[in-house]
Amino acid sequence: MTTAEMIVSYAVWLALVVLCVSFLLTVWRVIRGPTLPDRVVALDMLTGIVIGFIALIAIRTGFSLYIDIAISLGLVGFLATVAFARFILSRGGRETPRPDMMKTFTASVPEPRRKSATRRPPGTGPAVRRKAKK
Amino acid sequence: MMDILLATITALLMLGGAGFALVAAIGLNRLPDLYTRMHAASKAGTVGSGLLLLAVGVHAGDLPTFARALAGFFFFVLTAPISAHLLAMAAHKIGYPLYAESVRDEMKDYDKRI
Repeated sequence: MTTAEMIVSYAVWLALVVLCVSFLLTVWRVIRGPTLPDRVVALDMLTGIVIGFIALIAIRTGFSLYIDIAISLGLVGFLATVAFARFILSRGGRETPRPDMMKTFTASVPEPRRKSATRRPPGTGPAVRRKAKK
Repeated sequence: MMDILLATITALLMLGGAGFALVAAIGLNRLPDLYTRMHAASKAGTVGSGLLLLAVGVHAGDLPTFARALAGFFFFVLTAPISAHLLAMAAHKIGYPLYAESVRDEMKDYDKRI
């Protein structure tokens, strides 16, 4: 192993470790981000970090074909961010603030609908009104 | 001698790119609101991945690979501001609030001006 190869090898290892740390920090923002645009920004950043990983693997293995993969991943990430921006614009401000983080994970489970039974006093439902018209 | 110089340049580019990515990630976690986080992600993050791509081009040492890496770098530099601007525009239009200690908001009466 020549000196040049050793320099590149050590630098690749160090850069991989630093990229791992920044990847984990960005994932933490994706998990914690209080609003949807925060998560989209963090996902955009995540594609950038993965492009960096691909570049480091390209240096480590010597395949320059990985550059094309990195460019196409950048294109996909850009299009995804643009699509997310359009989605945020069309969705409107319908985000409810969540009191704690665990509700984020349980929010996908739909709650049973009991609104009609609790809010409406008996004898005023649509079926009762239809009967009264007859 | 030449290969040691090339390896040193590659190593510096790699470590610089990884350092910029780390700075962007720290900024993403430390900054107070969405619009300031966007600065960290779109500027430092783009420079990080771009420097790593340039390192691939320098390390390969032939012109086609370097040209492709340079094309990828310019592609990222061109697309990152567009996506960040679109996202900030959408979030501001919907009404996500700025940080409470922000000094000025020049987009506040944007709808009235156009």
